[in-house]
Amino acid sequence: MKNLCKLSIEQASTMLKKREISSVELTDAVLERISSIDNKVHAFMTVCRDSALQMAKKADKTLASKKDAGALTGIPILIKDNICTKGIRTTCSSKMLENFIPPYNATVIDKLISTEAVILGKANMDEFAMGSSTENSAFFCTSNPWDLQRVPGGSSGGSAAAVAADETLAALGSDTGGSIRQPAGFCSVVGLKPTYGRVSRYGLVAFASSLDQIGPFTKTVTDSALVMNAISGHDEHDSTSVSNEVPDFTKTLVPDLRGMKLGIPKEYFVEGMQPEVKTVLITAIRKLEQLGASIDWEVSLPNTKYALAAYYILAPAEASANLARYDGVKYGFSFQNASTIWEAMEKTKQFGFGAEVKRRIMLGTYALSAGYYDAYYLKAQKIRTLIRREFTEAFKKYDALITPTSPTVPFKIGEKTNDPVQMYLSDVCTLPINIAGVPAVSIPAGFVDNLPVGMQIIGNFFGEETIFRTAYAYEQATEWHKQKPPIA
Amino acid sequence: MNLSKEEVQHIALLARLGLSEADIEKFRIQLSQILQNFEVLNEVDTANLEATAQSIPLNNVFRADDPKHSYPPHEILANAPQQEAGYFKVKAVLE
Repeated sequence: MKNLCKLSIEQASTMLKKREISSVELTDAVLERISSIDNKVHAFMTVCRDSALQMAKKADKTLASKKDAGALTGIPILIKDNICTKGIRTTCSSKMLENFIPPYNATVIDKLISTEAVILGKANMDEFAMGSSTENSAFFCTSNPWDLQRVPGGSSGGSAAAVAADETLAALGSDTGGSIRQPAGFCSVVGLKPTYGRVSRYGLVAFASSLDQIGPFTKTVTDSALVMNAISGHDEHDSTSVSNEVPDFTKTLVPDLRGMKLGIPKEYFVEGMQPEVKTVLITAIRKLEQLGASIDWEVSLPNTKYALAAYYILAPAEASANLARYDGVKYGFSFQNASTIWEAMEKTKQFGFGAEVKRRIMLGTYALSAGYYDAYYLKAQKIRTLIRREFTEAFKKYDALITPTSPTVPFKIGEKTNDPVQMYLSDVCTLPINIAGVPAVSIPAGFVDNLPVGMQIIGNFFGEETIFRTAYAYEQATEWHKQKPPIA
Repeated sequence: MNLSKEEVQHIALLARLGLSEADIEKFRIQLSQILQNFEVLNEVDTANLEATAQSIPLNNVFRADDPKHSYPPHEILANAPQQEAGYFKVKAVLE
């Protein structure tokens, strides 16, 4: 039973319920996998070996009694290290929170615990979720399991790499401008950013509050739907979570696309895009057509070209306000050898934050400062109105929009670290979706020289069922999701 | 758009962010470059547009003012760098 770690949630859950395997065996297999390969992948910040096995034992009791067992009961899940876990260190991969132990669970964690999923550990990430490569972690860089010399994407790089390398059955990440979808694309796994408000953000360490969403990384589309069933829904602790009824997301998974209208926005296929990635996408879209969808290749979303600039005003502005709380008083790193309170605060931030976090605090503070607020922040919020409107109009004609997840295949570690503008461009296809607030999923769509390419499927507000259906039909008709990285 | 050293220092002061001399020069160059990339937004006429603060139509979310579970002080103080007599301890604010 050495290959238990390779199972999907759907497969493992069936075997658990039939008592063909136990959650302890499954968790052991995953822990063994972590021991044998995480010294190459470096996906984990923290492995919760003992508490995971205890949770597995408890799940086995529920499974044996055959009562109340859910689809995630006994399933090991990895958590991005910016989601608060009571009693488990939550670092945001920052020196600022190196020793921070949350006194409470995020709502998504409480939901996973109530369904008796097994919390396996915490995943490495770009510091405070700022980055596209996981190179901004203050502790270590995660490698892409498809090529250890390359980045796994970011900021949820640890979550994506661990799922790809079978070090967990699933993971949670967070997505502010592409931080779930871009690494999912780079690692050839399924990554969903839900509609803003679909999943509670309570207990997610805030980066840009109007853009952040928590979502799942999984090996299959069905598994993504299963995790969404468990974590979605209104939460009184998050006033921006919505009270829309949560459907059973697995109900609409059918293997054909008859009657579906899909649009291809041309702005996502130009300027700086790797030609081989474009070829992979066109082949994938033809496959969607064969499955019964009607394709409009001539969709235009002309305001797409303003999304990158608008995002890099809005997100840093919100971040500069959210990160002001790290003043060395209540928790986190604190510079002690200062003579005044102001010096203590300045030095705390100087030595507690890494370069990218400082860069964004500076950028955001500038955009919000007297004399520049209207020209930058307000202007960007108005452009957000335009971008959101453009998507709303498009979804009057199309059920979903199809784009590449990222304009390139995974890049080499170190390739873009000295050029923030180049690094920011790697999210050019994903960040307009956060600005609009709509949901999107990245699924495996092929390879260029054995490096993964992701296809992004964008849906209307609360249209997760439609994008899951599109993703599922494509997945069932292709073999990409079955290919495993070469790591032993 | 080229930022001056003084402007960078002013922004850092607003954010209470300490920067080394090397950081000030690095950020001066990088932030100027990034701001240049924002100039594309000037192409858009936004005079008649409302601003969107967040993307879903929610406003004035209220709840009843009922007391609920609160955390005991020792749990909240557990992460405090400095504490004394059940309080967070800070340096003198007024001198």
